[in-house]
Amino acid sequence: MWVLRGLRNGVLTTRWPGRADEYASATRGPAMVKAGQAVAALPVTEAARLCPVDAISADKDGDVRVDQGKCILCGRCVAAWPDVFAWSAGPHRAALTRPGLVVPAAENPDTLRELTDQLRARTRALRRSVHLRHVDAGSDGSEEWEIMALLNPVYDIHRLGMFFTASPRHADILLVTGAGSRGMAEPLRETYDAMPDPKVVVAVGTDAVGGGIVSPSYALTGGVGNILPVDVWLPGSPPSPFAILSALLMAVDRIPAGTRSPGSTPGRDPR
Amino acid sequence: MTAATKPELAASVAALWHLVVRQIAAGSRLADLFGTAQPGGLVLTAQLAGQGTITSLEALLPSDQARYPALTPEVAPAFWYEREIHDLFGVVPEGHPRLEPLVLPASSTDLPMPGGGAGPAAIDPDPGVLPRHAAGPGLFTIPHGPVRSGVTESIEYLVETPGEDIPHLNMRIFYKHRGIEKRFEGLSPADGVLLAERTEGVASVAHAIAFSEAVERIAGLDVPWRALLIRVVQAELERLACHLDVIVRLADGAGLAVATARFGWHKERVLRLAGQLSGSRFGRGVVVPGGVSGPPLLEPADLLSAIGDLDRRITPDLDLLMGTASFLDRLRRTGPLAPARAAEHGALGPIGRASGAGVDIRQSRPYAAYGLLGMTASSRSDGDALARLEVRVDEIGGSVHLLRQAADELADAGSGPLRSDLRQADGRATGWAEAAHGEVLYDVRIDDGVITRCRVRPAAFHNLVLMHEVFAGDILTDFPFIEASFGLPVAGAAR
Repeated sequence: MWVLRGLRNGVLTTRWPGRADEYASATRGPAMVKAGQAVAALPVTEAARLCPVDAISADKDGDVRVDQGKCILCGRCVAAWPDVFAWSAGPHRAALTRPGLVVPAAENPDTLRELTDQLRARTRALRRSVHLRHVDAGSDGSEEWEIMALLNPVYDIHRLGMFFTASPRHADILLVTGAGSRGMAEPLRETYDAMPDPKVVVAVGTDAVGGGIVSPSYALTGGVGNILPVDVWLPGSPPSPFAILSALLMAVDRIPAGTRSPGSTPGRDPR
Repeated sequence: MTAATKPELAASVAALWHLVVRQIAAGSRLADLFGTAQPGGLVLTAQLAGQGTITSLEALLPSDQARYPALTPEVAPAFWYEREIHDLFGVVPEGHPRLEPLVLPASSTDLPMPGGGAGPAAIDPDPGVLPRHAAGPGLFTIPHGPVRSGVTESIEYLVETPGEDIPHLNMRIFYKHRGIEKRFEGLSPADGVLLAERTEGVASVAHAIAFSEAVERIAGLDVPWRALLIRVVQAELERLACHLDVIVRLADGAGLAVATARFGWHKERVLRLAGQLSGSRFGRGVVVPGGVSGPPLLEPADLLSAIGDLDRRITPDLDLLMGTASFLDRLRRTGPLAPARAAEHGALGPIGRASGAGVDIRQSRPYAAYGLLGMTASSRSDGDALARLEVRVDEIGGSVHLLRQAADELADAGSGPLRSDLRQADGRATGWAEAAHGEVLYDVRIDDGVITRCRVRPAAFHNLVLMHEVFAGDILTDFPFIEASFGLPVAGAAR
């Protein structure tokens, strides 16, 4: 009975990253600064005060920046100054450095290239068969749902040669969620130490990336980066399954860092 | 809704317990018990839920007293609450049957003290203060967690077993304690709701509603009808997603691959619909104190057809699941919670309702638009994992019914206002909502426009302790079914 039921709806699985995905394109991303907008009129200090997570700043030339690693999509800036701020289209993008999440980009392209090369050299052996281990270090529970969603037929992570494993000894990539609770610091370190080299750490979610709105707190370290060396930074409150998928592919260099999101132009053939 | 009410103050802690015991004897249930650090000492607050009401009773434990007579020996549901108070404030409930650290095993004496201004910047948990678990002849303890197989939240179960039976289970939830209540202090109500959404991420909408209701009650604010309907729509989609998540876990545990995949797909569709309505798959950013942040991004007619679509796809699969004997056999008589025990504890949500004891506060203490929409609470009396699943299946149908009504009403409501202006108001009030896991309570105090104490009591904190009770006759392989049928977010329990 169940087998027939399963066949009835045909293939539900997304074609991404081979092709763009319509749902992903329509997803709302974090706030960004509209390109080419004169921002002289923006009261920067007021904008910074309105933002509950201090994601908005301006440099000495007056250029406004949004730290998408902090943005929790509350939408206050977009509502108050629609000429300056807008939602970015498509899910959150990951970056290989923490400053790489600040838009417009403040990251040095040479550093990025160097980091990409280093990560590529490390993960070359993993490319087509990757085992994942997840550890919750104080999440709110929603990130776990979005990671679990990768197993449903719509995302079906197995088609990309990626599998969840129970033992850290079999794991290549460690997905860490949560703002790094002090109670989980030691178990998290032990899990990391138990993994064989080469290993990659992905910080999943705004809390993991920079502590989020739950920080500062006496019980939190303010982000996974304060406990482990992080290779891929993926913000989002929580990041959607597409965002997590793209961060994973970025970690093993199957899509180029910083340039593609599931909503935009297709990446190269993942298989 | 009535304006914020002042709690009744008892002369001493003993007098307070006397009042609590009397109210419970008269049919109330202990809904919450917490502390607030004040200049004169520690204020203990008991929240009692009666017929359609919540009553707050308080007493002051002067700063020169570090001990008080425990309530737990007389009122068993206080068991975890008094341990939590001990962790956060350091006071000792004398006569407590098992005063082990629960949320914060610390050797430090500089404790968080919620309500008492800036606390310590960091407290590192010290596992050394936790008792070691002795094993008798032929008995050993299986530590299960905090890093477990699969994608799960961090919690440690200590299963004491002679081999296959589970005579005793212990839970350690401190691993992901985040100090949320302390973090609320100093925030404005507008920022506070964003934190409330992240207190228990899979129940974001319910938490945002409960928090906002408390703030609105303080300000004496009426929320526009259209906003109340939008709150119901988001809250019911959240309930659907949570209940489908439990079904995915149960089907996965039983090895029903196709059912797991199909219900995973249904859950994905519900999350996508929530995202199409609000921009967030978890309905975040919708509920704000005073109303909602904006109109739904879907027209009511499109919402109605999307709900019809969901219903048409989910219902036949539920019918098939509830007729799959190999699956039901795993759940029948697994992890039974005796109705008497559920009633004594005041078990919340589907767990309580499956044991014939629970209330559904959408009905008994209506909030948002529930008072004017038709619904019937589901109830079972067997109390096993199957009964808990049956209650959830009923509620999936109930949510679809509520969603249809709310979408119809939204179409009729036209383009009325969505938000009342939240003027600054100080005071204190309680707000509540029925999340998919049960009643969420917020007790919020605002001084000079900022939050000075925010007590959060998710259903998970109240209900999780009941896992101690349900292993009679069950074996290790039943564990995943019992855990999934409880379906409680650890994030909410540990906060």
